[in-house]
Amino acid sequence: MTRRAALFVAALAVLSLAAPWLAPYDDGLAFRDFLHAPPMRPLIQGFSAPVVHPLVLADRLEQRFEADPSRTLPLPWFGGVSDQPVFLLGADNFGRDVLSRLLYGARTSVGLALFATLGAVVIGALAGAWAGLKGGWIDDAVMRVADFVLILPVIYVVLVLRAVLPLVLPASTVFLLVAWIFVAVGWPFVAKGVRAIVAAERDREYVQAARSLGAGPGRILMHHLIPACSGHLVVQATLLLPGFILAEATLSFVGLGFPDPIASWGTMLAEAGNYNAIARFPWTLAPAVAIFAIVLATNLIAAPDRKP
Amino acid sequence: MGRYLLRRLGFALLLVLVVSSASLLLTRLAPGDITSDQALSLDPAALARMRAELGLDRPLAAQYLSWLGGVVQLDFGRSLLYARPVSTLISERALNTAVLAVVALVLATVIGLPLGVYSGSRSGGIGRATVRVLSILALSVPPLIGSLALVFLAARTGWLPVGGMTSALGADPTWAHWLGDLARHLPIPALALALPLAATLERLQAQAIEKASREPFVAASRARGLDHVQAIVRHAWPVSLRSVLGLYGVMIGSLFSGSFVVEVVTSWPGLGRLMYDALKARDLYLVAGCAASGAFFLAAGTWIADALLALADPRVRSQEAP
Repeated sequence: MTRRAALFVAALAVLSLAAPWLAPYDDGLAFRDFLHAPPMRPLIQGFSAPVVHPLVLADRLEQRFEADPSRTLPLPWFGGVSDQPVFLLGADNFGRDVLSRLLYGARTSVGLALFATLGAVVIGALAGAWAGLKGGWIDDAVMRVADFVLILPVIYVVLVLRAVLPLVLPASTVFLLVAWIFVAVGWPFVAKGVRAIVAAERDREYVQAARSLGAGPGRILMHHLIPACSGHLVVQATLLLPGFILAEATLSFVGLGFPDPIASWGTMLAEAGNYNAIARFPWTLAPAVAIFAIVLATNLIAAPDRKP
Repeated sequence: MGRYLLRRLGFALLLVLVVSSASLLLTRLAPGDITSDQALSLDPAALARMRAELGLDRPLAAQYLSWLGGVVQLDFGRSLLYARPVSTLISERALNTAVLAVVALVLATVIGLPLGVYSGSRSGGIGRATVRVLSILALSVPPLIGSLALVFLAARTGWLPVGGMTSALGADPTWAHWLGDLARHLPIPALALALPLAATLERLQAQAIEKASREPFVAASRARGLDHVQAIVRHAWPVSLRSVLGLYGVMIGSLFSGSFVVEVVTSWPGLGRLMYDALKARDLYLVAGCAASGAFFLAAGTWIADALLALADPRVRSQEAP
């Protein structure tokens, strides 16, 4: 499971960084004539590149579009530049391509979650190892704090911490700020396990051998005890990642996350999440499907391997 | 056991105090206050008078101590946003959240436990496989996604009303009418909240039953002539309950986090929404009151779960006694 989890996290990292190369359009590019345009179905004819029929506005009042079967357009990745946009996942309320925004949104949402996971794992590992190695009152104090954070409902803590900070901030500041808030609520999940492992391992023979050879506490920690926790660290990272993605979506959904023009899965859902719009333009819920897929993948990875 | 529960009670009170004080202080220290919205339209003198009337110009320590003095007498102050006592506001909204949470918890239990007992006591077959696949799928639908999906389904099909807790019923609706309307608004938020919990319960119950049915006393009861179903229900299941009941304490927290999102998506007038509105308006007494009641419910939930655990399993009682 450790290998599969590491592969999964790496794949998500690549996906979230590759948005500018994968996305057909810029995330802010609005096609004013195509508000809420529905997804176009790609047609595959033999071995040639897939094409789509362009959309024609059938009724401006109802915002109804119809495909024009007499003409075809190449997909943006295969053909040259065409005058009409191709929406594989439809367009949102500003006429922006949902697929492009989904990919750019992955850069924001998954990128933020990866950053926060890394932070939580590093800080949790250090705090847990410190508590486990020192023992005594330091151990008690660190674990009391960790326990206290653990019993609080995470989303409320995030909400309060975010809400007491200035509400209107530039996107890069929001990114760092929210990431640090996530680290603050995420580290105890890592720290508790690391502390238990370190406390159990610190008197084992290999650690004593290292100590008798003159290794200092820093070297013992980095070369012997942290590697002993690597399995736990990977598992916790896999569990924290979808939680953070979801937390970002929740924060942005209620308007405390990223400001509007920034594409993130939460801001996309916030724009989609109104009762009338949901029923008529379900393709704007694409980020919800993406989050579902990531959580499902995590659950499949984390499900215990059972041998009959 | 009594001393153990008493110690937990003390811890719960401490939790309520720390959480509400921290949220009050954080909101007070945050930039801006309840008057910030009017700051552009009012002249500075009027603004200062308004702040003085609301008691926002006092130093932090004085403000905090007078609030704390009220709390000791169970007076949580007045909401600056709604101009009503915090305690009445909260008791209204907390009831709504409690309805939602209890229904979701019951739903999760009714769906999750029997399916878990079923899939855990089978060694294979299509039924068990179906339950497992459904359970993994439901586990992957967090409340945010679940409520959006259910709202989509309801809005598309028109089967259930979307949004709010009741529709406009006109003046003086009868009790039955009101209850029927509530029952039609409940399924979407409650299901969105219950699905992942039901899946968690099913998975854990299945594992616990599998483990318990390998115990020698189950084999012994089979040897005495009980059939498979009876042996599972009467002997394996009570033993497996210990780990399942332990989960309920943990689930209270996720129920709270989940209900916030569900309340926002489905416009359910609950505690989560109230807290969110209070936070945005910098209504510090209301924020502190919401945090206090949230912490109270959290502590009460874990306390009840612990007590149930102690009732169900004599080993816990004897362990915690000293």
